[in-house]
Amino acid sequence: MSKSVTDVICPFCGTLCDDLEVIVSDDGKKIEDIYNACAIGAEKFMHAQAPERVKRPRMQQPDGSYKEVSYDEAVEYTARMLFNAKKPLMYGWSSTSCEAQSVGHEIAEKVGAIVDNTATVCHGTTLIAVQDVGIPSCTLGEIKNRADRIIFWGCNPCHAHPRHQSRYSVFPRGFFTNKGHMNRKVIVVDPRVTDTAKLADYHYQVEQGRDYELLSAFRVALRNEPLPETVAGIPREKIIEGAEVMKSGRFGIIFFGMGVTQSLSKNHNIDNAIMLTKDLNEFTKFSIMAMRGHYNVTGSGQVLGWQFGYPFSVDLSRGFARYNPGETSSNDLLRRGEVDAVFVLGSDPGAHFPISSVKKIAELPSVCVDPHITPTSEISKLHVPVAFVGVEVGGNCYRMDNVPIEARKVVDPPEGVLTDVEFLTRVNARLDQLMGGK
Amino acid sequence: MAEYIIKNGFVFDPTQGIKGDKADIAVKDGKIVKSTEVSSKAKTIDASGKTVMAGAVEIHAHIAGPKVNEGRNYRPEDKLFTYRPKSASSRMAGGFSIPTTFKTGYEYARMGYTTAMEAAMPPLYARHVHEEIKDTPIIDEGAYPVFGNNWFVLEYLKNKEIENTCAYISWLLEASKGYAVKVVNPGGTEAWGWGLNCLTIDDPVPYFDITPREIVTGLIEANEALGLPHSVHIHQNSLGNPGNYTVTLDTLKLAEGFKAKNKFGREQVLHSTHLQFHSYGGDSWANFESKSKEVMDYVNKQKNITVDTGCVTLDETTTMTADGPFEHHLTELNHLKWANVDVELETAAGIVPYIYSPDIKVCEIQWAIGLELALMAKDPMRCFITTDHPNAGPFTRYPRIIKWLMSAEARKKQIESFKHSAKMVEATHIAGIDRELSLYEIAQMTRAGPAKSLGLSHQYGGLAPGMDADIVVYDFNPEKPHKPEDIEKAFSAAAYVMKTGVPVVINGEIVSNGNKRTLWVKAKVNENPQVMRDIRDKFLRYYSVTQANYDVSSHFVPNPHVIEVDATH
Repeated sequence: MSKSVTDVICPFCGTLCDDLEVIVSDDGKKIEDIYNACAIGAEKFMHAQAPERVKRPRMQQPDGSYKEVSYDEAVEYTARMLFNAKKPLMYGWSSTSCEAQSVGHEIAEKVGAIVDNTATVCHGTTLIAVQDVGIPSCTLGEIKNRADRIIFWGCNPCHAHPRHQSRYSVFPRGFFTNKGHMNRKVIVVDPRVTDTAKLADYHYQVEQGRDYELLSAFRVALRNEPLPETVAGIPREKIIEGAEVMKSGRFGIIFFGMGVTQSLSKNHNIDNAIMLTKDLNEFTKFSIMAMRGHYNVTGSGQVLGWQFGYPFSVDLSRGFARYNPGETSSNDLLRRGEVDAVFVLGSDPGAHFPISSVKKIAELPSVCVDPHITPTSEISKLHVPVAFVGVEVGGNCYRMDNVPIEARKVVDPPEGVLTDVEFLTRVNARLDQLMGGK
Repeated sequence: MAEYIIKNGFVFDPTQGIKGDKADIAVKDGKIVKSTEVSSKAKTIDASGKTVMAGAVEIHAHIAGPKVNEGRNYRPEDKLFTYRPKSASSRMAGGFSIPTTFKTGYEYARMGYTTAMEAAMPPLYARHVHEEIKDTPIIDEGAYPVFGNNWFVLEYLKNKEIENTCAYISWLLEASKGYAVKVVNPGGTEAWGWGLNCLTIDDPVPYFDITPREIVTGLIEANEALGLPHSVHIHQNSLGNPGNYTVTLDTLKLAEGFKAKNKFGREQVLHSTHLQFHSYGGDSWANFESKSKEVMDYVNKQKNITVDTGCVTLDETTTMTADGPFEHHLTELNHLKWANVDVELETAAGIVPYIYSPDIKVCEIQWAIGLELALMAKDPMRCFITTDHPNAGPFTRYPRIIKWLMSAEARKKQIESFKHSAKMVEATHIAGIDRELSLYEIAQMTRAGPAKSLGLSHQYGGLAPGMDADIVVYDFNPEKPHKPEDIEKAFSAAAYVMKTGVPVVINGEIVSNGNKRTLWVKAKVNENPQVMRDIRDKFLRYYSVTQANYDVSSHFVPNPHVIEVDATH
C-alpha cells in the first residue's frame, strides 16, 4: 500500500506552494507520484529518485576525473580550506533551509568569510532600491482576497512561477474577489509577447531597457501632467489609459522580475516602480512585490538580516559585518581576484555567473555542496552531495512575500547521505578543533 | 547547580517592600532562596556599596519578527559605527535602533533586563518571530499575537460571540506560541486594507460593520473569561495625531466596569501601551501640546488599567508598528522611506525612519510628555518605563530615561538645550514638575510593576525566595552624593547580572549566553466545533497557506516555558 503525504511544501521557486500531495511507497523510501505541483516542482521531487544520483562526496583529480571520498575526508578538506583561506567566499544559501544558513553563518563568522546569496545576480538590485525608498507590500493572500489590478512587469510567471497566477494573483476567488479572474484587470509590461502577456487585458510592449521611462510616464500621467506622444515605444493615450486602470482599482499590485532588476538602470528601475506604487496610494491601495526565484533566497536575506543586519553581500572578513554591493558582492570579488577559496551551497553559480567569474572559481580551492551534479559541481575541487531540503529533510523557508513556511520531509535520504545541516555542523566542529589548536 | 550569595548590597525590591536596606540574596538551583538555605560552598558576590535589584522586565518592545527585520535590512545606515566584533562568549553584534538579534540579547542583559516581550506578532509570521527569538541570547522572551483586526475576531464580536472569541484566542495562542492578546489600532488596520483608517472608537470598520469600541470591550471580556496571565494590551486608535487624547480617554473608559479574573495576581483588565503617543492636545502641529495631565488624572484614579510611557529619547530611530495607516501618514509628513506589509486576514505593518530632533518643537514636546506620564503617576506599580522600542527611541536609552526621571537637574539641563525651549515649556508641564523618582520607584516601574501586569509576579520582578534568580547589581551607591550622569552610567552597564542562576554579565561584559526560554500561554477551553470549522473554512478559502502549515512547531521553540490556563468551566 502506498501512503499519501499532504500539505507538502514545494522546494523549487519563491511561490513556495504548500498544498502538494506526495504518494510514497509503503517502506517510505520511494516517491511514486506527486499531485498539485507544477511540472518543475514535480521534477524536483522525482529528481531525488534518479538512479544516477551521486551519493558520496567526490574529489576532482588532476586529470579531471573524480574519486569518491568519505564524508570525513570531505569535512576535513572543507574545514581546512576555510581555515587556511584569508578571505573565503561562501556563496549560495538560496536552495537550503534557514537552519542550514544559520550554521553556515556561524562558520563564516569564525573564518572571516563573505556570505552572499543569489540575490547578488537577481533581486539584489531590488534590495538596494528598498534601502533607498522603502517598499509598500503585502502577503500573497491579500492579493487573492482583495486585489483587482494585477501588474506583471518584466516577469513571466506562466513559466517561472507556474502556479503563482492560479494560487494568488489572477484566478483565485478570494473574500472580496468572489468572481476570481472576472474581478481583475491584468496588465503585463514586457518587450516580449510572453505567455503571461497573452492572457493580459493590457500588454505594454515596452522597448527593451526603457522601463524607467515608462514608469516615469505613468507617474506623470497620474499627476495629469503633459506627456510626449510616445514614451518607451508606448503611445501617450495608452499610458494615460493604463494610469486610469491602476487608479480606478480598489487594490492593486505590481509584481516584477528579472526584466527590470537586471536590465539597464537596475535598482533605479525598482526605485521608480516603488515610487509609482507610493504615488498610487494617494488614489487607492497599491502594493508591489518582487518575484523571488529560489524557494528560500528570501529566507537567506532574512537570516542574514537578523544576524548581521544586511540582506546579501555581507563581508565578515574584518571581524565585523560590512555591506557594500559592488565591493562585497560575489562577482566583483571573484573578478578582481579578492577571494582565495570558494564554498558554494544551495546554488549554481557555474550556470549563472559570467564566465570570467566561473573561471576564477575553477582556479581556486573550492567546495560545492549540492544534491545534483551541476556546472558548479563540475568545476569545484570537491563535490559534496547532500539530502534534498523539502524532500528528504525539513527546514524553514521564506516565500517571496516573506511568509515563513516549514518544509516537510517526505522520504528518507539515500543511506549515509548527510543533510546540509549535518555536513555544516561537522565542518563547524572541525573548525573549532583547528582554531583551538592555533 | 551552583549556589551564590550576593552580599551587602543596597537592595530595592518592591515585592517585599525593601527600600535600599542592606541585605544578602542567596541563590540555589536557579531560584532565590533564604540565606540560610545555601551551603558554605556558595560563591560570594560582593555587592557592598552597590545597588541590587531583580532583573528588569520589558513589557513592550519590537525586537523580533518580520517588521523588525525589514527595518534592519532596509536601513544599512543604522549599522554605521555600531559593530562589536565577536568575543569568546559572544557573536559579532551591531545596529543602533534595530540591533541584530545577538546585540538585542546582549544589550538588554548589560542593562540588567532579563525578560522582554515582543509587542506585535503577526500570527502568519509567528515562525519568523520565533526564529529570531531563538537567536536572541540570554533574555527570556514572549510575543503578543495581534488580534484587533483579525477577521475571526471581527466576525465573532460583531455577533457578540464571546465564547467563540475565547476558543479562537486559545487556538491562535497555541498555533503561534503567543503570550497575550495584543490589539493595534482596532479596526483601523483592517480599514487600511482599503487605504482607510478608524480614527475614533466609533468609526465603523469597512465591510465588517463593527466599531473599535466593540472590538476592545469584546476582547477584554474574552480575555477575562479565559483568565489569561496578561490583560488585553492595546495600542489605541488615532496614534500620533494632535488632539488624540480624547480618543485615548474614550478607550481607557472602556475598561470601566470590568474586573480582572485570573489566578496570576494581575489586577488590570487593560494595558494601554506607549501612552506618550496618545496624550496629545491641539488641533494641528502648530498648537500641539501636552495632555499628559488629563490622561494621567484618569489613569491614576482608574485602578484596573496599567500603562507604559513610550518615552522619546531624542535619537534618530526607526518607527515600526502594526498601525499601517499611521506609518503611511508619517511618511507623508517626513518623506522618509516607507515600508508596508498587509497581512491576509490578520493585520498589517509599516516602517518609517524618524529623527526626534532636539531642534524641532514637536519632538521636544513629545520628549516632555513621555517623562510627564511617569512623573505624574501616583502608582508606579501601574506605569512602566518603555520607549516602545524602537518607535520613540532605542531600548538602549533606558538608562538615560531613568536619569531624567530621577533628576530634575538633568531634565532642566535638557530643556535649556532645546532650540524652542520657551515654546516647549509653554505647551507642557515638565518644567513645573520637581518630582524625582527614587530607586524604589524605578524598581516598581521596570521590574515588579511590569511583572505583575504580565501575570508573572510569582517568578519575575522581585527577589523573594522562590522567585527566579534574575538579579542585577549596579555600581551605584544610593547613600553617596552623585551626579545625574552617574545614574545613566551605572544603569548602562551592570556590574553583575544573573539570569536564572547563571552569571551572564560581569562588569558590563557578556560572559555567558545563559539559558534563554520562550514564554507562551496555553489556554484550555471547552471543545468548540464551530470555531474549528470556521478555522478550517477560512484556511480553505482565504488563507494562502494550508492550516497544516500554519502552526509553529516545537522545533522553533527549543526551550519553552509554558504557562497553562484552564478555562474549561
